[in-house]
Amino acid sequence: MPKYSFQLNGEKVTVDVEKGVRLLWVLRDVLGVTGPKYGCGINVCKACTSHLNGKAFNPCAVPVEKIRPTDKVTTIEGLADTVPGDDLHPMQEAWLEHDVAQCGYCQPGQIMTAVALVKRVQREGRAITDADLDAIRNVCRCGTYTRIREAVRTGERLMRR
Amino acid sequence: MPIPPDSALPAPAPTRRTFLGYVIGGAGLLVAADLGLGASPASAAVVLPSVPQIPEAYDLNDFLTQCALPTSNLVAVRIDRRGDAHFALPRMEVGQGITTSTAMILAEELDLPLDRVHVTLAPARPELLFNQLTGGSNTTISTYTPIRVAAAVARQSLLEAAAIMLGAQVTSLTTKGGTILDALGSSVTYGQAAQKVDTSRTREVEVTLDESRERKVVGTPQRRIDALDAVTGRKTFAMDLKVKNALPTMVCRAPALNGKPVKVRNAAKVRAMPGVTHVGMVPTGVAVRARTFGQCIDAVRALDVQWSEGTVPGKKADDVTRELKAAELPLAVPALGATTVEGSFTFHFRSGSALEPNCAVADVRKDSARIWSGLKSPIDAQSKIAKLLGLPQSKVEVNVVTGGGSFGRKLFSDGAIEAAQVSKAFGVPVKLMWHRADEPRQGRVHPMATSRIRATVLGDTVATFEQRHTSVSCDFTHGLGERITAEVASLPSGLGNLGFSETVFLLTQELPYNFGVVTQLLNESNYDQSRFNTSSVRNIYSPDVRVANELIVDQLAARFRTDPVEFRRTFTKSGVVRRVLDRAAELGEWGRKLPKGVAQGIAIHKEYKGATAVVVELDCRPATVNRKVRDAVTGPRVLRATVVVDCGLAINPLGIEAQMMGGFSDGMAQVLTYSNHLVDGHFLEASWDNSAYTRQWNTPLEFRCEVMESESTEPGGIGEAGVAASAAAVACAYARATGTMPTEFPVNFRQPLHFTPKSFVPPVPASPTNGLTFVS
Repeated sequence: MPKYSFQLNGEKVTVDVEKGVRLLWVLRDVLGVTGPKYGCGINVCKACTSHLNGKAFNPCAVPVEKIRPTDKVTTIEGLADTVPGDDLHPMQEAWLEHDVAQCGYCQPGQIMTAVALVKRVQREGRAITDADLDAIRNVCRCGTYTRIREAVRTGERLMRR
Repeated sequence: MPIPPDSALPAPAPTRRTFLGYVIGGAGLLVAADLGLGASPASAAVVLPSVPQIPEAYDLNDFLTQCALPTSNLVAVRIDRRGDAHFALPRMEVGQGITTSTAMILAEELDLPLDRVHVTLAPARPELLFNQLTGGSNTTISTYTPIRVAAAVARQSLLEAAAIMLGAQVTSLTTKGGTILDALGSSVTYGQAAQKVDTSRTREVEVTLDESRERKVVGTPQRRIDALDAVTGRKTFAMDLKVKNALPTMVCRAPALNGKPVKVRNAAKVRAMPGVTHVGMVPTGVAVRARTFGQCIDAVRALDVQWSEGTVPGKKADDVTRELKAAELPLAVPALGATTVEGSFTFHFRSGSALEPNCAVADVRKDSARIWSGLKSPIDAQSKIAKLLGLPQSKVEVNVVTGGGSFGRKLFSDGAIEAAQVSKAFGVPVKLMWHRADEPRQGRVHPMATSRIRATVLGDTVATFEQRHTSVSCDFTHGLGERITAEVASLPSGLGNLGFSETVFLLTQELPYNFGVVTQLLNESNYDQSRFNTSSVRNIYSPDVRVANELIVDQLAARFRTDPVEFRRTFTKSGVVRRVLDRAAELGEWGRKLPKGVAQGIAIHKEYKGATAVVVELDCRPATVNRKVRDAVTGPRVLRATVVVDCGLAINPLGIEAQMMGGFSDGMAQVLTYSNHLVDGHFLEASWDNSAYTRQWNTPLEFRCEVMESESTEPGGIGEAGVAASAAAVACAYARATGTMPTEFPVNFRQPLHFTPKSFVPPVPASPTNGLTFVS
């Protein structure tokens, strides 16, 4: 079987897996990293959202061979380590402050999306708007959408510090 | 039987009540209480009064609570050596917050900090009979008193042990945050006292619940106890469990609804695909097991299967509408020209799926089986799985895992039953998961229904209000979550199941208005609950019934030339409803001036030992309705939503607000966008972008919820309480904004499909490979 290497949550990993297997299953079924969730498998529900070199992406739609050895993959498990100190990531703190989660199944993906969104608008030198929040595609069947919007704005403020 | 005019206003509760609990003999401090405690004793048979309606005196929650009475089963609280409390809740956490509220109840009664109370989910306990069903928003209603009693027994035992240790009288001791103090300031911890409690034998302990004591935890806003796990990815769902050798498994399903496999034409070829270990037929399709789910998806797509025809061959939504119309029970009062106000409404199928698809881990051996799944009726699952495996029920261990949502869906154990069948067929453990496409197509749906209403206005009163609700048979074969009632509900004639539907309808539906002669009746269009895969999805009848009711109420208000809020206030027969109505009108600024095309809607609902009122402002202006979002349904937008709820004693206001927010998302979607299209014997939807459930672009720009201080001293239900009034308020706002009363739901059902249906053969779409082009 072919071997593939990449950086996962700050550590180099190498996996033995057939070509074509989407990264979501490499993470969940081969490496046992279960923070990214399956909700559709076709890049619609966004429950598996993680970061590739600091930007949001959906590993359910990326064959493992498209990930290079130098690529940095961050899942919810590694998010807190992307900021200094031993604490949670500011966006996770914001999520706790607003008690966003209900069943919690979509929330790792929601948080990873939110962090990437804040970083993107910061790169664009602006603040998050209602239109930005409206464009978030992550599904939450519990319907926590309002608290997600509030938490993203709080997280944006905390990430500026 | 005399019925009080407004049973929602309770008689003053006694301030001190005495109960018996137990200290269980053996190692460590384990105390228990009877799970049937606190339920009112069974009264004589309830007869059908014409007015008022049944739920005012005896509702579904009384029924569910009372079913638990004769079982005399125990729930236990354990105090460990550190003084922390542990409790295995015989209910399922699916996001509704019951582990948090239960921990709060225990923390309050034990006088322990919340983070020292640890609540887990109990596995299937068949001895609990009716008492392990999570449904009808009944958890806190039925467990509040027993859990308090168990905690009080624990605290009492600790005090008695501490009294000996400190050489003091029990009555001179006080507790504070897990420490027991005497009058001189000496202290022992709960952990120290727990080790000195006499547990040489099981003994009865009498405790008193003091209602006048000031509460420190119950009633305060508390964040969920699993929130940290949820935001760090540590929260574990069934698919995250690491069970040895339980490899990913999926099932290839028929193109037709409920079609069955007849023959697999290429099993050997698929078995040779990368990663695949097993291929084989099971009753629901063709199962494949592989190293990764990705390889399962590829194998499912490669299978060449001959299928039987489904259970509704060739049928489309309009066929079902005709069937429902034909089954509508007749109205008693004739239409009398100008004095009659009437309407006929249609509610389409909608998927009950959670974001976490059906899934379960199963390890079936020759003489035993172990199952892990999110199950709201674990005893029913255990009994059904034991039966199909030919094992005694005691040899089937059923573990309840926290669910990624349920919405009534997980009352059925479809994934667990299927996983057991596959594990048995393959002779190996499996981790079975449904593909998303399977969920709306072959999963449980809310039954399609019609509702016909006729009201008669005589002078300045409403003299009659008749409602005939007609539904595709709703599957209640989980019974009350255990075998006996499940068997009755499954009787071949379907009449046992109809009995359940009728019971649930009669015990939940209540028109909270003084409209003279009121009748609300349910009929089912055919008595075959296995034709469609239905379930009593979150608040089964109320959203549809109340949408129809409240639209007609607005028509009546117009007939009386009265403001909708004023009309409701005048005609409601419930003080609880009037309070939430008035507060919602005030908070939601009812009557404020809005641009043309934007309108307010108001609706009320009374159920689950409480009442809700919702005010919305709905924007139906063309620029809003026609806004474009890729692969999405936009349509009218709620600009502002205000929900006011009285749910009895509020355990956790923050959790209640969360449930109202979720209930609003649900109710709004059902009215505006969310449905399944039945075409040619199957449902077209196969993705979250097909099923237009609420997304961020539909979310209200402002949402506000107020939990009112209640006059009731007992908690009500909250998981479903927000749906019906939210749906009805949105429908009423739509009618007022567009000047036309909608009669078919969701209102966009007849619009051209916003998606191209995915293939039925293969039944699941290919996994995309272009994910890197969307990195952002």
